[in-house]
Amino acid sequence: MSLARIQVPPSAKRGEVIEVRIAIQHAMEAGFRYDNNGRTIPKNVINTLVARYNGTEVFRAELGSGISANPYLQFFMTAEASGDIEFSWVDDAGERGSERAAIVVVG
Amino acid sequence: MPTRRQFVHAAGTLAAASLLSLDVAAQSDPFAPLIADFTGGAPIKQGRVTLDIPELADNGNAVPLRVSVENDMSSASHVQRITILSEKNPRPVIGTFHLTPRNGRALISTRIRLNGAQRLMAIAQLSDGTYWSASADVIVTSSACWDES
Repeated sequence: MSLARIQVPPSAKRGEVIEVRIAIQHAMEAGFRYDNNGRTIPKNVINTLVARYNGTEVFRAELGSGISANPYLQFFMTAEASGDIEFSWVDDAGERGSERAAIVVVG
Repeated sequence: MPTRRQFVHAAGTLAAASLLSLDVAAQSDPFAPLIADFTGGAPIKQGRVTLDIPELADNGNAVPLRVSVENDMSSASHVQRITILSEKNPRPVIGTFHLTPRNGRALISTRIRLNGAQRLMAIAQLSDGTYWSASADVIVTSSACWDES
């Protein structure tokens, strides 16, 4: 289970383009490091991340080992209705994570 | 019968030409197969894409990067995919991002690892089937991948 933090504006006007940011706690192990016994630490990165806004996919990222540890992503989306933005992701070990944040649309 | 002077001159020109062609091949090579993978052979145009990255990055483990595309993200013509390619990383495709008209603005930003000073390339695929690209050079003081800690 990984921890994540999502940042969205506290409220938005209908039709406003808002900034969405997410940071996930994950080592994004590149597979090029060795442990104390000289064995390769296997590659394990978050390979897919999907953002859904009220159930509709708005953003998808395919990530590789070139993304820094504790990946951070920023993108924009149009606020249409109050609801949730939900992120879900999966890493090379098959471990899944998800996090959601409320979008408040006024007017 | 060529004189000695003619012979030396010709030999020198030949040597220079072969060196030059080697150099050009080495420079144009690293991105070509990656670009073909992304575009499926479609032509790429320079422009419309802006790739923002510091000219000098202290820490190759986390280099801030921002890619934006001049596009109004209307449903008729919007950015569908953005990919980021590295010249010297062991895995050159850093990431691919899928956008939709719902994004409203074609901008993404993240932090990346870089294995040394190199050139980066961002390619955007538009819904009308065109591809646009931008590149940037970055100097990295302390590479990712070298640090065993």
